[in-house]
Amino acid sequence: MENFFLDNKDVLFHFDTMDLDRIIKLFEDDFKEAQTYPEAPKNIEDAKDSYKRVMEIVGSIAAEYMAPYAAEVDEQGVILENGEVRLAPATSRAWDMLSKAELTGMAMSRKYGGLNMPMTLLTMAGEVLSRADASFLNLGLQQDIGLTLENFGNEDQKQRIIPLLAQGKETSAMILTEPDAGSDLQAVSLKATQAPDGTWRLNGVKRFITNGCGRIGLVLARSEDREGARGLSLFLYHRDKHTKIRRVEEKLGIHGSPTCEMQFDNAPAELVGERGWGLIKYTMWLMNSARLSVASQGVGIAEAAYREAEKYARERIQFGAPIINLPPVFEMLTNMRVSIEAARSLLYETARAVEMKEGLERYSQKHPEQADALKADIKKYTKLAALYTPMAKLFNTEMANKVTYDAIQIHGGTGYMKDFSVERHYRDARITNIYEGTSQLQVVAAIGGVMSGVAASIMDEFENEDWSELPAALIDSVKAMRTKFEKAQLAVREAGNEQYTNFHARRLVEMATDIIISWLMLRDGRHSERKLKAAEIFITLARPRIEAHSTFVLNNHDCYLKNYQTIIEEF
Amino acid sequence: MGLNIVVLVKQVPDTKNVTGKAMNDDGTVNRAALPAIFNPEDLHALEAALTIKDSYPDTRINVVTMGPPSATQVLKDALYRGADFVTLVSDRRFAGADTLATSYALKCAIEKIGSVDFVFCGRQAIDGDTAQVGPQTAEKLGMNQITCVSAFEAVNIGNKELTVRRSIEGGYEILKAKAPLLLTFTNEGFAPRPPSARRVMMYKNAVATATNDKSYEECYMNMSSCQDNEIIALWDLSSINADPQNCGLAGSPTKVKKIDSVVLAAREIKMIPATKEGIGALVQELVADHTIG
Repeated sequence: MENFFLDNKDVLFHFDTMDLDRIIKLFEDDFKEAQTYPEAPKNIEDAKDSYKRVMEIVGSIAAEYMAPYAAEVDEQGVILENGEVRLAPATSRAWDMLSKAELTGMAMSRKYGGLNMPMTLLTMAGEVLSRADASFLNLGLQQDIGLTLENFGNEDQKQRIIPLLAQGKETSAMILTEPDAGSDLQAVSLKATQAPDGTWRLNGVKRFITNGCGRIGLVLARSEDREGARGLSLFLYHRDKHTKIRRVEEKLGIHGSPTCEMQFDNAPAELVGERGWGLIKYTMWLMNSARLSVASQGVGIAEAAYREAEKYARERIQFGAPIINLPPVFEMLTNMRVSIEAARSLLYETARAVEMKEGLERYSQKHPEQADALKADIKKYTKLAALYTPMAKLFNTEMANKVTYDAIQIHGGTGYMKDFSVERHYRDARITNIYEGTSQLQVVAAIGGVMSGVAASIMDEFENEDWSELPAALIDSVKAMRTKFEKAQLAVREAGNEQYTNFHARRLVEMATDIIISWLMLRDGRHSERKLKAAEIFITLARPRIEAHSTFVLNNHDCYLKNYQTIIEEF
Repeated sequence: MGLNIVVLVKQVPDTKNVTGKAMNDDGTVNRAALPAIFNPEDLHALEAALTIKDSYPDTRINVVTMGPPSATQVLKDALYRGADFVTLVSDRRFAGADTLATSYALKCAIEKIGSVDFVFCGRQAIDGDTAQVGPQTAEKLGMNQITCVSAFEAVNIGNKELTVRRSIEGGYEILKAKAPLLLTFTNEGFAPRPPSARRVMMYKNAVATATNDKSYEECYMNMSSCQDNEIIALWDLSSINADPQNCGLAGSPTKVKKIDSVVLAAREIKMIPATKEGIGALVQELVADHTIG
């Protein structure tokens, strides 16, 4: 039986080497639930053993029930019929299988019917499922909605709604975007009005809503008589006749995922948390979680495309030999493989940072007596999560685009045809660096941490480790990359000009990301010779990238800022 | 209101994933070279029972296997997928059983379970491919049987009556029958559900250990994760009131004289008209070339 978890050596490598011990202790609250729930782990080893078994189930569903039908799902897409969305049969069956496997509440708490599994494992599941069918987004979405309610909803909402999500009885949606509020969610205008009896009603239009046909939704709406973010609140709604699905979009990729336009006509809804915190607190939390999911989706798509490309390169004979022996082909394949592994290392480090923050916060709420002692750690991981999340979303989704692009290139003309799956992977990858915040917005989210010293603190921590067992030249190379980065950083800082900082922000974020990934890969290299070689190739590729960026920044190419209007407008 | 369903399953060598030399020089199966798996069609039988339980949660599913202690693996798998009870029928005196002795032991186990409405099993096991154990068990229990079921057309829980689709050559037929009834399932319908993650966590530590030194005394296997939950029963020959003369080698009239490795080549097939004359002509032909008689 095929299994997308067990057949992936690199995923298994991360499963075996990642440091989950403290996270498990925090999430299991010192294993108290083992008294109440027979499925709860009794210790760290027990938890890891269970996680591995669960991942095997995920890998088996992905390989057996999803991957073989992904082309069919892509072909069939979704259909809007009498106001209801009809999914491709294989998509519904995959959801049914995940529900029967009781995975639909993977990361939700046991008391609401979930499995209480760390987000790191959810991230891994996301990657494995995306490799099978990138259009299958509901598992991650479901956790994001469930966990947002767990964090910010009231007890009554949690008890009523989360079990429905955990058991997979209903699917869900995060309902944020509007025709005039995409990247700029502060402009959301869907109106929430409160009747004298205290109940809320929603009126307005939402657009580009992934799985908007789901029965449970979290809706960002303007509840206050003021503009901007502070006028927005988050609402929980259970779809009924007051909400119309007006259309489903025809898209370039992820055809199996319904993207809905929805009209709310006096739709009843409940406030989640406090008024005015809808965007700045709750939606930001939800978005960060979704960004991690998309980062994992990118890795999954790239993995699928790489495997196709490698297989084809071995089988395709040209000039009397398999094309994998040709330098341009093996170079492409090597770079694809290394960048997937780079993205994976960043992905799981990001998941760990996010999870440490979440776990510490949860633990400190349950144990107020320890809150003071945990404060410094919470602060640290909050900052790390805030930097790592946009970095991973940016790097991994751009990587997915590049890898799927090269996968077609390796196939040549054949790859452009529908007969092979690489064209689908290429189309599917294209959304990942757009939704849940474009790459450009990830730069905006990350630049603060890159300039303020969070990135430097990560680099310091790595530099202070004992690297004596690894080749000194590699370590020095990464340190030299940092010197180049810091020169550029200083030049931008000294310019003291906001527009100039924004102009160079992407270069700075990319330099910092390359350096941090280099360290992460070297750390992986401590466990395996092959991983060390992968690190060497990554560093070899990253160093000239950083030098180019640094040179560009230092040479002060203000021809852009001075002349862009002339170039664009006087054409 | 629910039903009592017994599902008969078998642990078999995975004949699709042969990792080494599959057959010993003496013609017996080299089990070490073949990973042990849940017989595929038995998984479909279990799934059929689980779909009834999905609609009628009071239904109780007891999965029974006869085999060595290592067969607990398929019972654990059945628990992971949703079985309520599982029973291992195991005794050294069952060793060497052919289909007759196996169906006798299973019949005794089912009688011990007591009030059983339906018995579900796979059509055949991939190691023997006889498709005899299901029908023989039904005969011994005095139950009606429908073989080669691929779908339910209707489940009438009040009357304990099933309307099923039965595969036949060139099509299918729809049959209706009341409990007590034995059904065998093909792999055409009832795609098996995956194991439940939660149940895996609950039952993963279930191990087969006898409660005292008498290793085949009737006992329950130890569930280290939930000791109170005596869920894997272990029954030996005497606990199911079986007659040793009908069990194992002693109860198996089948004697393997010799095993040949036959390589099948595509050859013309001959259609026999499903009439008295057609069948008569075939019997005569088979008698003439000493295939039968």
